[in-house]
Amino acid sequence: MTVNYLGLISANDLPASFTKFFVEPVSVGFPSPANDYLESPIDLNKYLIKNGAATFLVRVSGDSMLNANIADQAILIVDRSLKPKHGSIVVASLDGDFVCKRLQLKPRLCLLPENTKYEPIYIQHGQDLDIMGTVTAAINKFE
Amino acid sequence: MKFLALVDCDNFYASCERVFRPDLKKVPIVVLSNNDGCVIARSKEAKAMGIKMGVPWFKVKKAYLAQGGKVFSSNFALYGDLSKRVMNILDGMVKKMEIYSIDEAFLDLQHIQNKNQAYEFGIYCRNTIRQWVGIPVRIGIAPTKTLTKVASHVAKHTNGGMGVCCLSNQKDIAHILKTLPIREIWGIGNNLSRQLNQMGVYSAYELMQTDIRLIRKKFSVVLERTVRELRGESCIQIEDHADPKKQIVVSRSFRGKIENLSVLKPLISNFAVRAGEKLRHEKQKCSQVSVFISTSRFNKQLQHRGFGSFQFPYPVDDTRSILMGSKKILAKIFKAGYPYSKAGILLSHFSHPTLIQQCLFQSKDQQSLKQNTNLMEAIDMLNSNQTQIYYAAQHPAGLSPIQKSMVSPKYTTNWWELPTTK
Repeated sequence: MTVNYLGLISANDLPASFTKFFVEPVSVGFPSPANDYLESPIDLNKYLIKNGAATFLVRVSGDSMLNANIADQAILIVDRSLKPKHGSIVVASLDGDFVCKRLQLKPRLCLLPENTKYEPIYIQHGQDLDIMGTVTAAINKFE
Repeated sequence: MKFLALVDCDNFYASCERVFRPDLKKVPIVVLSNNDGCVIARSKEAKAMGIKMGVPWFKVKKAYLAQGGKVFSSNFALYGDLSKRVMNILDGMVKKMEIYSIDEAFLDLQHIQNKNQAYEFGIYCRNTIRQWVGIPVRIGIAPTKTLTKVASHVAKHTNGGMGVCCLSNQKDIAHILKTLPIREIWGIGNNLSRQLNQMGVYSAYELMQTDIRLIRKKFSVVLERTVRELRGESCIQIEDHADPKKQIVVSRSFRGKIENLSVLKPLISNFAVRAGEKLRHEKQKCSQVSVFISTSRFNKQLQHRGFGSFQFPYPVDDTRSILMGSKKILAKIFKAGYPYSKAGILLSHFSHPTLIQQCLFQSKDQQSLKQNTNLMEAIDMLNSNQTQIYYAAQHPAGLSPIQKSMVSPKYTTNWWELPTTK
């Protein structure tokens, strides 16, 4: 497994001993050489959300999407502004309930689970299906 | 030609309740006011059942529920969030806009040249908001704000339309205005419309034709502007900066009736404390506090409405001063023996905290007047998560929580209330 170091989340957690190092107030000295390179801390919102006004969070209940790395109780990032495609993972409302499934458009309209324990849902004539939005990410929390 | 647009969310609160409840797609929905008192929003289906705006819930409850209607207490966390999303989307579409209310916004369509483009923009805007947020909107496009209101009215009442109405040429406008009663015009209330009726002016068209000089002489510059706007002359600009609040109101209806001053007093104090918090949050100071109390409008025998104001010699934002003022008024307006069912407090005459005129003379009131910014800051900080510091005048239970027995989850603002898949 390779691990990439992405950066510090916050620089505010230095131990207290660091801040007490100078007993006397320090006069203006050499400016921090890092000043010109200051960057804003990494923001998970920016990484996960492209279109805030159209993005909603939905909690998963059940393990029917386990093979797509969506565990029970995961939080889904759902973007309503993306057009759902064949193969997209979507949150849809089927007969009044929200479900999370993989969308199959051809050869037949179908909602596919990602777990062999569950059967695909073929949409019958007269069933009410609305796609709420496309799932762009899932957050599985471990602790 | 210049185009403005009014974007208006259809039955906004009822529509919000539907966004995360696909099972209620065609079910009648009503939303109730705080304390579940009156109906304040109705879906199309509920309107068709004859549920009137503002009707007390207890009057229609039985018949409405028996017919399969669904009812919600108001969920302003949800409505506020969805409103913000709609406004953000609109903000991305135009250079200049004015948020007029939680569910309405005026847009300046500077980039639009002709009627076709305007209509296309309207449809694009409507589809985008519908798709991205799930809220249906209607759009009125016209050369003036007053006419966009008319256009929006047309879009609402024309069945099977696309929810977009564009009024641009004089002939179309005149045609519509002939069928529109003046009461439907933006800014014309019941009183004004009665006075105009007496002059023989009934339709918007007749108002538009009335001599401007006569209007100014007999009424006001405000009505003159309305007439000019109906003629297509833009007089009311799009204000893209929000005005700071001009008053703060905290009020509640009570569950039971209150006849006793010693019971009412601590409740009024709770309103005063909450109003003070709001005032400081807005970074304002007020020069006047008012208290109002009233009996139920359904109790015809014993009716009393009391209202009184107290002026501070200089602007304050200290809760102790607001409490002092409200206590004095309450003692003046309270009448023993009346069953009060509603009360509230109003702060007004604001001025910016940094521009304070000091008072030259010390009045007697001023000695009991307290103003300590640091103390208030400290108390607000301590109370920010959970009330820990109470004023002696308060009711120990704090501000009685608003009765909301049928409130939907905070789907978009609380981790523990997110919508869930099955």
